[in-house]
Amino acid sequence: MLELKNVSKTFNPGTINAKTALCGLDLTLNDGDFVTVIGGNGAGKSTMLNAIAGAFDIDGGSISIDGVDITRQSEHKRAAMIGRVFQDPMMGTAPTMTIEENLALAARRGRRRTLAWGIRKSERELYRARLAELGLGLEERMTSRAGLLSGGQRQALTLLMASLVKPKLLLLDEHTAALDPATAARVLELSDEIVSENHLTTLMVTHNMRDAIEHGNRLIMMNEGRIVLDISGEEKRRLTVDTLLAKFSRAAGEDLLTDRVLIGA
Amino acid sequence: MEFLQSMINSLPGVLGQGLIWGLMAMGVYITFRILDVADLTVDGTLGFGGAVCVLLTLNGVNVWLATLIAMLAGMLAGLVTGLFHTKCGIPAILAGILTQLALYSINLRVMGWGTTAGTQATLAISVDKYDLILSSRFVRDLGGNIWQNPIIVMLPITAVVVAILWWYFKTEHGSALRATGANLQMARAQGINTASATVVGLMISNGMVGLAGALLAQYQGSSSVDMGRGAIVIGLAAVIIGEVLLRGRGKVLTGLIGCTIGSIIYYFVIQIVLRLGLGTNDLKLFTALIVALFLAIPYWKGKAAAARKRSAVSKEEKNNARA
Repeated sequence: MLELKNVSKTFNPGTINAKTALCGLDLTLNDGDFVTVIGGNGAGKSTMLNAIAGAFDIDGGSISIDGVDITRQSEHKRAAMIGRVFQDPMMGTAPTMTIEENLALAARRGRRRTLAWGIRKSERELYRARLAELGLGLEERMTSRAGLLSGGQRQALTLLMASLVKPKLLLLDEHTAALDPATAARVLELSDEIVSENHLTTLMVTHNMRDAIEHGNRLIMMNEGRIVLDISGEEKRRLTVDTLLAKFSRAAGEDLLTDRVLIGA
Repeated sequence: MEFLQSMINSLPGVLGQGLIWGLMAMGVYITFRILDVADLTVDGTLGFGGAVCVLLTLNGVNVWLATLIAMLAGMLAGLVTGLFHTKCGIPAILAGILTQLALYSINLRVMGWGTTAGTQATLAISVDKYDLILSSRFVRDLGGNIWQNPIIVMLPITAVVVAILWWYFKTEHGSALRATGANLQMARAQGINTASATVVGLMISNGMVGLAGALLAQYQGSSSVDMGRGAIVIGLAAVIIGEVLLRGRGKVLTGLIGCTIGSIIYYFVIQIVLRLGLGTNDLKLFTALIVALFLAIPYWKGKAAAARKRSAVSKEEKNNARA
């Protein structure tokens, strides 16, 4: 489904601030995989997601979705196939536009935008129903500006926007990290629902090992720009935080204590 | 009493000028507020629109057609700035300055078209010889020349322009443009080509300014290479005054109407300070200070609010420490 081959990326090459973020990264996702991604700060998790989304050009390697090479495709073209939710709740919505206008923008992802009316009556009913499913009361505030919503509400709205047109791939980049624990749990629950209902192939970056273990069917751990652990199936189901940490320190060959601190276990 | 009388006398002129500059302010509103880009092309575009319109009319082109072509010329200027910005990676503000500077030479060439020197700083056009859309001369005329009275002509033009712009920004295309200005990252993630949206926004904006320039040149009976100097600041003043009065940040329709109202009020205030003895040469200084003040107020307000919050928190901490 998604295939990353030998992907590499160095930021600020040739300067004192040069940082190798991805280093010969290989990853293949199967249809319907829900993969959680963990790793310390600077391991390359977000960089990997941004490389897939096309936020920057990669230095080497190739990226393809369903056999189509998208390595050189622009970010907005790839958006036709990719739904995204960001870490910063501000990033996913247009604050000066209303909730329904935001949804209408998302409903036209991957389509040519014409001079037809930006939002049709029939759409409003659909949005109302979909917003009601979130259980946050947003269906009563469809003409409120998105900028007035709380962080959790925005992330829920962004999730809905990312899945309104069914994407081939859903990228969740620490999308609960900026939320309080209760809201984070609710947004994670919503993510699970949306992923399973739509049978979405998903990559979810998280800082929380427990979340990484409890969600998805496959877990990968990154370190220094490549994947050092890839656990799925029965092994993933039996995983605990302690076994995961042990596996990580063996794979990365680094001090367990600092890893614990870095990963926030 | 005498002051009041002269103020009332100046009202028709204020309305006429205010309505024309209102269109210009809408152009500024589109870039500054909707697209979130400070576009300085407009100073050159206003003169470009005026020069193109006057030149064509003098050469026998129908004045409405000439005005329309002036609008297209403005869009062309916006296209150039847009391509400088999106295709050459030049920061938007600098891209605008480059086009503006280039337009200075171009405007001299346009107005000097067919003369032996090849360049000319002003180009006059008389409403006696040419059937202009409007003229300041008829600003009080409700008789034979009522259909060239700037107020009578500008009201329907403004209404039509506002309606078209409002419609456009409600379409799928216009919504994408608004999203680009509101949140670039989100717009890209939703598959919007933000580069082309930016170019289109700059074109529409400068098209409006070119149109305003054409109407302004007819209003004053000439185009000149200096007519656009400081136009961006007047446009900003109108945008901000409109926002303060209508409290309408974010709603496109309110914003557009606010441009016209703000522009009329701007010219009204200018009349007052002129009559209070300020020289015409000091107007730009006055305008710059007013705009700086209005732009600073929200910033100061934010700082004051933060300071209040801090002092409230530290008071609470002190109380807690005592307890």
